[in-house]
Amino acid sequence: MIHLTPFQTFLLLSILKVVVVLVITLTSVAYTVLLERKVLGRIQNRWGPSRTGPFGLMQPLADGIKLFLKEDLMPIAAERPLFLLAPIIALTCALISIAVVPFGGMQTIKGVEMFNIADLNIGLLVILGITSIGVYGIALSGWASNNKFALLGSLRATSQMISYELALGLSLVGVVLRAQSLSLRDIVNSQGAHGLLSWNFFGGFQFVGFFIYIMAAYAETNRAPFDLPEAESELVAGYHTEYSSMKFAMFFMAEYANMITVSCVASLLFFGGASSPLGHLLPADFGGPILTAIFPILWFVLKVLGFLLLFIWVRGTLPRFRYDQLMSFGWKFLLPLAMLNIIVTSLIIALRG
Amino acid sequence: MQLALFIIFGVLAVAGALNLLLQRHPINSALSLVVVMMSLAVLYWSLGAEFLAAAQVIVYSGAIMVFFVFVIMLLNAGEEERTTGSRAAYLVGFPGAAAIFCLLSFVFLSERRALGTTNIGGYLNHLTSNISEISTVLFTKLLLPFEVTSVLILVAILGAVVLARKEQ
Repeated sequence: MIHLTPFQTFLLLSILKVVVVLVITLTSVAYTVLLERKVLGRIQNRWGPSRTGPFGLMQPLADGIKLFLKEDLMPIAAERPLFLLAPIIALTCALISIAVVPFGGMQTIKGVEMFNIADLNIGLLVILGITSIGVYGIALSGWASNNKFALLGSLRATSQMISYELALGLSLVGVVLRAQSLSLRDIVNSQGAHGLLSWNFFGGFQFVGFFIYIMAAYAETNRAPFDLPEAESELVAGYHTEYSSMKFAMFFMAEYANMITVSCVASLLFFGGASSPLGHLLPADFGGPILTAIFPILWFVLKVLGFLLLFIWVRGTLPRFRYDQLMSFGWKFLLPLAMLNIIVTSLIIALRG
Repeated sequence: MQLALFIIFGVLAVAGALNLLLQRHPINSALSLVVVMMSLAVLYWSLGAEFLAAAQVIVYSGAIMVFFVFVIMLLNAGEEERTTGSRAAYLVGFPGAAAIFCLLSFVFLSERRALGTTNIGGYLNHLTSNISEISTVLFTKLLLPFEVTSVLILVAILGAVVLARKEQ
């Protein structure tokens, strides 16, 4: 047995965590696409992909091979360095923010936390910051591809994301006020006392904040009903019109990775993250140490899956907004409501404490 | 470790700033400014000001610079033409910049005691949240300047609304 210094163990375990989380995230991105196609198919009364493998389960693999083998086109008039940089920025920003998400209980091995890549004391702000950097990927892609439709799509996407970022950030203030911390681990712990009843959504009366968050998050990820940046009937495909092969795949993966991140944050902030809805009905050491480690992850995955299904359901149900409707909804309805939520929450906290 | 961070991101900030001046296309300059701001954020963080770092990323590189890029895209600004510059700029500019640099470094070195020193990364290790400390100072000691600033910003917003309003 080689003796490692604490720094070396920290480094090795961190690399291991990063690799495992990255592999799991990319796999779940691929299978979220399949889930979306299957569920949308059922909503629209058809089968969805069903030929590749049992129940169409090999479809993501086939899609991946197809995208890899397609010709990588490069428009002559494109701004070459920025055209290449844009999908990289989009995908990197989408994947980085998963690093601060605690997706399990508090389990440490040799002083290193196992189910969280980095527990930062400003974890929530880090996620917001990375989301705001991700705008560059979309903004640059439209401009660099030198195409009118792409430019219009990216202008729409950028202004939409900047506008809804405000409502998104303000809707989270109520939760931060209740937890008195910006660390995601602390926010989860503040909701763990009585199971379901102490979650911010039910016990914390943050459901207004939650609905603002979820609407702003749909706009942030450019998903239906706010998918104007890629409105096929108006803009061909929006900002990624000129992209093909793997560069297109990177935008596609970034969109679904963002969906997963947003679902993770929603379940962490409003639905108790990895804490069980049953609270103390089950004893704390139920089923031995391995099951105690696995159960929180199970709850977390279930919650995230629920949010992903909600995303798909909304896409299958609601029609697209018009652009001026989108803007006035964000600025004139969501933003004042989020501010009202902050005032009411802080008043109640001040009166109680 | 922290020293390595400081050197890497300090060099990155200076390189970004130089690139900002040397690039001929405005969008490349704007993107170099983003790089400068992000590396400054890392430097703030390594000095223990994690809230300032996050605010720098969210406000400056996330919101303000996106608007810069946005405006450059909408105006469709082309590449600028390279000129030799005016003689006055060479005659006054370089000595002026050198003089300001000398003056600042003299003030910082001679008033080192009064300004106090900080330890690179010295605050990273203990987990005090400086957000609560900032907010305590902001809402007790500095309440008046804080509110005056917010009124100032409100006036700016009202001005923007007046300018953007449609003619009756």
